[in-house]
Amino acid sequence: MDNKMVNIYLFGKKYEVPDNLTIMTAMEYAGYQLKRGCGCRNGFCGACATIYRIAGQQELKMCLACQTKVEDNMYVATLPFFPLVKQIYDIEKVKPEQQLMMQLYPEIYACIGCNACTKACPQGLNTMQYIAYAQRGDFAKCAELSFDCVMCGICSSRCPAGISHPQVAMLARRLNGRYLEPESGHLEKRVKEIWNGDYQQAMKDLMSKSDDELKELYNNRVIEK
Amino acid sequence: MYPEKFQESIRKVEARRKENAAMEPVRMTADEKDALLKAYHPDYREDQFEKLKVGVNAGDKAPHELADMLQAHARVHEGDVDLEHPDFETDVLIIGGGGAGCSAANEADEAGAKVMICTKLRPGDANTMMAEGGIQAADKEGDSPMQHFLDAYGGGHFAAKKELVAKLVTEAPEDIQWLNRLGVEFDKTDDGTMITTHGGGTSRKRMHACRDYTGMEIMRTLRDEVLNRKIPILDFTAAIEIIKDEEGRASGAVFINMETDELIVVRAKAVILATGGAGRMHYQGFPTSNHYGATADGLVLGYRAGAKLLYEDTLQYHPTGAAYPEQIFGALVTEKVRSLGAKLVNCDGEVFVHPLETRDVEAAAIIRETGDRGKGVDTGHGKAVWLDSPMIDLINGEGTIEARIPAMYRMFEKRGIDMRKEPILVYPTLHYQNGGLEINTDCMTTVENLYAAGEVTGGVHGRNRLMGNSLLDVIVFGRDAGRAAGQKVKEVKSGKLTLAHVTAFEESIKEAGISTQKVSPKLLPNYLRDRNVYDGPKIQ
Ligand SMILES: Cc1cc2nc3c(=O)[nH]c(=O)nc-3n(C[C@H](O)[C@H](O)[C@H](O)COP(=O)(O)OP(=O)(O)OC[C@H]3O[C@@H](n4cnc5c(N)ncnc54)[C@H](O)[C@@H]3O)c2cc1C
Ligand code: SF4
Ligand code: SF4
Ligand code: FES
Repeated sequence: MDNKMVNIYLFGKKYEVPDNLTIMTAMEYAGYQLKRGCGCRNGFCGACATIYRIAGQQELKMCLACQTKVEDNMYVATLPFFPLVKQIYDIEKVKPEQQLMMQLYPEIYACIGCNACTKACPQGLNTMQYIAYAQRGDFAKCAELSFDCVMCGICSSRCPAGISHPQVAMLARRLNGRYLEPESGHLEKRVKEIWNGDYQQAMKDLMSKSDDELKELYNNRVIEK
Repeated sequence: MYPEKFQESIRKVEARRKENAAMEPVRMTADEKDALLKAYHPDYREDQFEKLKVGVNAGDKAPHELADMLQAHARVHEGDVDLEHPDFETDVLIIGGGGAGCSAANEADEAGAKVMICTKLRPGDANTMMAEGGIQAADKEGDSPMQHFLDAYGGGHFAAKKELVAKLVTEAPEDIQWLNRLGVEFDKTDDGTMITTHGGGTSRKRMHACRDYTGMEIMRTLRDEVLNRKIPILDFTAAIEIIKDEEGRASGAVFINMETDELIVVRAKAVILATGGAGRMHYQGFPTSNHYGATADGLVLGYRAGAKLLYEDTLQYHPTGAAYPEQIFGALVTEKVRSLGAKLVNCDGEVFVHPLETRDVEAAAIIRETGDRGKGVDTGHGKAVWLDSPMIDLINGEGTIEARIPAMYRMFEKRGIDMRKEPILVYPTLHYQNGGLEINTDCMTTVENLYAAGEVTGGVHGRNRLMGNSLLDVIVFGRDAGRAAGQKVKEVKSGKLTLAHVTAFEESIKEAGISTQKVSPKLLPNYLRDRNVYDGPKIQ
């Protein structure tokens, strides 16, 4: 398929690239051997935070380079690292209380409600709102709203209050998963049975079977509907 | 919206959707599967493999691209670095900051050892981050470790090491519990019951998930825990050679700073290789679902140090890689799309395979459908078949796609395709390295004090891995390797460090008459456009 060529400006320098490329593949097309700013290449790892402006437009846009197609007259700067604050804690010793947020990430209470974080999030998350839930100590809601966060740090780069949103959300999710969500009875039970050695003999017996016997069992096993 | 050229085929798919959604396609018999694999699976294309000429596996076959790397020149030789004055010293050195590496680090730290992680990109720039579908564990009524064993061992074509499979399935529930207690948010009902589904080749619904970001949720939690434990991490630091001591025991590694090319020597009492897979080797020219650093480095590092490989000739081609649009060519369409009810259909809208056969069978069936049977859809850069995603909401109710597979929905929606209403185009993509370094139940390779865990190993999954058994492998054997190494270092006193094995390996390459310019490990793929680029000496 023939593609149109467009002009993009990588760190201000002009390159002509096919218009079906992402910013990431366009950089490679232009001759950059990427080391930083490239991880999963598929929207999961948040390595490729990028800022761009289309010439003539006022708005500064933020995106993931691996997920965004090039456009004509795009001025691009990558943001492969952003200094976030990550506080240290012991998940076994902390309690899922508002107090904890106040201790570890007090700066979240300085949020001025500008919503710049939400506007910039490439995952379309309601970032300001999850920070609001964190302030209130509502970790379940903060976890729910922040679940799809790829920790790219774009929101933090826009925040006048210097908040490290993805780290706040990380804490909330771990507290939610550890303490607030219900325990799985069937899981606890199975782990006890295994530790008790309940399956040892049956597993030994199975392992001692010949491959022909195992094939027989495998090919005729009942598959749960 | 798809361009006009696809519309006619889409209408045929739509016309049969209701009927297709309701039907239960027949499963293949064991003989039918065998015949299909032999005729169509890439692993069986003899011209794509060669016999290794040097090393412990000399005489065994490997894909050309891998053989090239296994039999290439080293990046560092005796005398290039000062082994007497290492830059760092530690007890347990972990190479690779993915799921297996971070699990190992947490356990080795727990065992009281001094631990250090070195990783090529950032910690978490790893295949683990990308796993969408889920993780298996037999923790429900009606299921058992034995049932899980049968699925895994049979799914791997009865070739796995039984004792490793037994470990995998027996430790699965406690490792799910461990993750949960670290704060991993598994999908649960209000009473705490895990929401579990089938995966290809499972006989029970035992796939646990965190929406369709399972790997991301596990990876970021494990990484957070590593940071909380203050385990030192050297990022952008890639291993290029294992260091041994005079007695042949692994005793550290040489690294290269990816940005400055500086060489770094780390001395350790035990080394754990957790470098993951090989998708970016693009075997047989296939696209890949893997992360940027998946270049089989661990196989090369281990092999030159004398560790044995097992099943290095078997790769997993995930049946459903995205085939359209071009920007996501090769990206994974999670198996969960099929678990939730979507079926594969050809250009005429006919179902041609049961959606939940094992991956190798599904991939071979797609290659047959688009090849010899001529029932593929032409995308403009290759053939593909439809995965009829709208069946999901049809079967499970509206809103299922957005709630259960949001990452998939987002990936296509961003490219103007609404998978709730339109089917998606798929073709097999290089996904997983089934084989790798052979390990024993303590995760030790055939080289003393060289441990390995995760996708870099071979033997756990035989010749084919089931969905959800790899994330599990990473946690089970990552933790086990960390524990074993953490214990072992208490009694290790390593001697003088040496790279003599590298010299010996270079010698054997020469003797075998291999003449090559290539160096390994590969570290990163090259995606630069072909043209003249200055390749002279670096400015000092
Ligand atoms: C898109 C996708 C979806 C998947 N979905 C599932 C699923 O649903 N269920 C499932 O069970 N499995 C799934 N898998 C497979 C599974 O995620 C991986 O097999 C597993 O996570 C591998 O973990 P690992 O720790 O062994 O390797 P990785 O997580 O890849 O980590 C390896 C690490 O080592 C580093 N490294 C590599 N070379 C070097 C070097 N020379 N020096 C230093 N560091 C190095 C890498 O940069 C990386 O950080 C999926 C895989 C992919 C790619
Ligand atoms: S919330 Fe912030 S860190 Fe998370 S994905 Fe959005 S912009 Fe990135
Ligand atoms: S950018 Fe910062 S200050 Fe503005 S709304 Fe978001 S968190 Fe608050
Ligand atoms: S490279 Fe991982 S999100 Fe772009």
